[in-house]
Amino acid sequence: MDKEITFIIKRCKDPNATSYWEEFKVPYFSKMNVVSALMEIQKNPVNARGEVTTPVAWDCNCLEEVCGACTMLINGKVRQSCSALIDKLEQPIRLAPLTKFPLVRDLVVDRQVMFANLSKVSAWIEIDGTHDMGPGPKIPQKVQELAYELSKCMTCGSCMEACPNVNSNSKFIGPAAIAQVDLINSHPTGALQKEKRLLALMGEGGIADCGNAQNCEKVCPKEIPLTRSIAKLNRATTLQGIFGWLGK
Amino acid sequence: MDGKVIVIGGGLAGLMATIKLAEGGQKVDLFSLVPCKRSHSVCAQGGINAAVNTKGEGDSTWEHFDDTIYGGDFLANQPPVKAMIEAAPSIIYLMDRMGVTFNRTPEGFIDVRRLGGAKYSRTVFAGATTGQQLIYALDEQVRRFEAQGLVKRFEEWEFLSLVLDDEGRCRGITVQDLKSLEIEVFPADAVILATGGPGMIFGRSTNSTINTGNAAAIAYMQGATFANGEFIQIHPSAIPGRDKLRLMSESIRGDGGRVWVYKDGKPWYFLEEWYPAYGNMVPRDIATRAIFKVCVDMKLGVDGENKVYLDISHLDPHEIDRKLAGVVDIYEKFVGDDPRKVPMQTFPAVHYSMGGLWVDYNQMTSIPGLFAAGECEYQYHGANRLGGNSLVAALYAGMVAGPKAIEYTASLTRSHAELPLELYESAKKETQAKNAALFDMQGTENPYRLHEELGEWMVDNVTIVRENDRLKATDEKIQELMERYKNIGVGSGEAWGNQIVPFTRRLWGMMTLARVITLGAMLRNESRGGHYKPEFPERDDENWLKTTRADYSPSGPRFSYEPVDISSIKPRKRRYDVAKEGSKQNG
Repeated sequence: MDKEITFIIKRCKDPNATSYWEEFKVPYFSKMNVVSALMEIQKNPVNARGEVTTPVAWDCNCLEEVCGACTMLINGKVRQSCSALIDKLEQPIRLAPLTKFPLVRDLVVDRQVMFANLSKVSAWIEIDGTHDMGPGPKIPQKVQELAYELSKCMTCGSCMEACPNVNSNSKFIGPAAIAQVDLINSHPTGALQKEKRLLALMGEGGIADCGNAQNCEKVCPKEIPLTRSIAKLNRATTLQGIFGWLGK
Repeated sequence: MDGKVIVIGGGLAGLMATIKLAEGGQKVDLFSLVPCKRSHSVCAQGGINAAVNTKGEGDSTWEHFDDTIYGGDFLANQPPVKAMIEAAPSIIYLMDRMGVTFNRTPEGFIDVRRLGGAKYSRTVFAGATTGQQLIYALDEQVRRFEAQGLVKRFEEWEFLSLVLDDEGRCRGITVQDLKSLEIEVFPADAVILATGGPGMIFGRSTNSTINTGNAAAIAYMQGATFANGEFIQIHPSAIPGRDKLRLMSESIRGDGGRVWVYKDGKPWYFLEEWYPAYGNMVPRDIATRAIFKVCVDMKLGVDGENKVYLDISHLDPHEIDRKLAGVVDIYEKFVGDDPRKVPMQTFPAVHYSMGGLWVDYNQMTSIPGLFAAGECEYQYHGANRLGGNSLVAALYAGMVAGPKAIEYTASLTRSHAELPLELYESAKKETQAKNAALFDMQGTENPYRLHEELGEWMVDNVTIVRENDRLKATDEKIQELMERYKNIGVGSGEAWGNQIVPFTRRLWGMMTLARVITLGAMLRNESRGGHYKPEFPERDDENWLKTTRADYSPSGPRFSYEPVDISSIKPRKRRYDVAKEGSKQNG
């Protein structure tokens, strides 16, 4: 009846402190997920040894896997903690912060670099203004369906975490930003400025840094066809390299 | 232009306001509790309404306007609603131009679906993640202005107080960096609050964890009037969960989903039986009360529990994938069943606040220079919001607030730069002192447990069915919780990345607004839209066709009432068992 779930959580109070593992026992309930276990720890911040401790800090918001906030390593695998159901996890459950981003505290990391990368590749459509100019171009259903796959990216950082080429020694912008270039460049209006984005991808930390490990697509919680986008843009940047140069 | 406007909140309303400001050449500081792309707008599933008449059904902006006023049980002031509805098609086209991946018709036009309370298909959608798609498009546009140096973003910063000058004008804000917990002051000539709804007051809801309503509560405590707080929408369908009640979009019903329970061993489609004209497409308040009646009064819930079936297993799986994949995924992920094969089990959940900060038709609150847009204000939904209208209201309000804030700053005789520095220094000091006082709290109460208790009381007594004695007891309970609040212990004094101190601060705001909601409900002795009292089951226009205004005082809210502008459509009885009788369009 009174089943308890054991969590072993990596703690660290700030980026300069030494991290350590702390064990917690949380009473089990049906359909329990990792987030609700962390919420129980907030309500009763006592570790497995019975010592009062600080509640574990973690990021979360929507709790239904559309905001991307609560990404962490759960039993070594990168995923969102809201959709990580206890019944499907091996125990004890180990929680740790993402390793490819600067640590803030406990399970919280700073993923601002992902948003900065979107700026680097100008991942937006250049509209003339917000005044009323009627609808945009007509779009075939098939094109919309492909674009929708890409536009579900919630900048959660899973692909960055899994990518061997994203690390502290590399400036690789990672798979997410590349897929967003694919999304914008495949839109009829976005395509009007596609060279700008291709050139950005050809710069330092761009698409050439992809080592084709293909881990990104395997871990993407939204099943975004990241490797398809990367392959597509590899061709596009190569062509841009040849013809863009010839054009001058 | 060397002025400065601050936008607080990076959801749809805040981002749209920011874009309008930047486009007008106005420098903007944009503050958000979370990276904007993680704002609660991402949770909006079903779509956004506009009378684009793509299906040739004869829809018009007048019909949309009438549905909205009728659906809101005539409590909304009609002029701003009319203006919003008329702007809605152009808002869709703008979002389309920004690249939102709206679903398409075979000819390549923007597709529409039908949502509750409407007889026409007028909801434009991007799969079942419309809000997410809209916010991503706006976030990209803001990033573009950021690259041009017009917008400065402060993500993971929290708004703590307004800076008010000696004339009572809003002249800036104090904020906290949620990493270091350091306090800063930012001067401005106008401030736009776009901070969303207060669902967390009810403990668990369909809202995200940041939706505490605290920003609106802060403005209220500093003198901004709060309006129609008692009008809380309970969505008919959510998956019950310990951490969250996960919304199952109304588009499920719009695309053919049926609600039923077993009665005498056979499926009973009670909405279709009780409301033959609208069936499963009745508005949310009507569906919610019907489900409550079936489960609580008639005890016919699934397995005797508070649950009904929401069934799409009869629909074409390809159509489900094309239009509903986002929500079906959520159900599969969190429940483990495949809704294509097995009927879903859902129950109503707190979803949306029709009430919010009082604003005038320029989106300005009762504090000069403080604007509000989106769910944190009260203007567009009356007593009940129609599905698909929140996104259009958030975007439209942002489109109004931005330019109106520019107009306002141009009318000021003194810019913030001419104000005494002391104004800002003392505001910062005051906020720092309050922050230090929070760190000093070393009592025995746990803020998360107090929050849980608050939520339980609010859900049990201030949601679907409201009774005056229970509302009174709830207000007493909230006051008891506010006493116990003083005995909270926040633990270690480490500031870096501390989450318990900011949460404790928000809890006070939640409790403060909980009283506004509860007492507002207690005083309103009628039933209208989302507010239902068995003791007063009818709408009472003679006494209650009025906007509730709550003003802060330390001992509790002070209530007053103001008439509703019904200049376009005369109130008529709202019913969904027969087709809505049309209203006359007079000029």
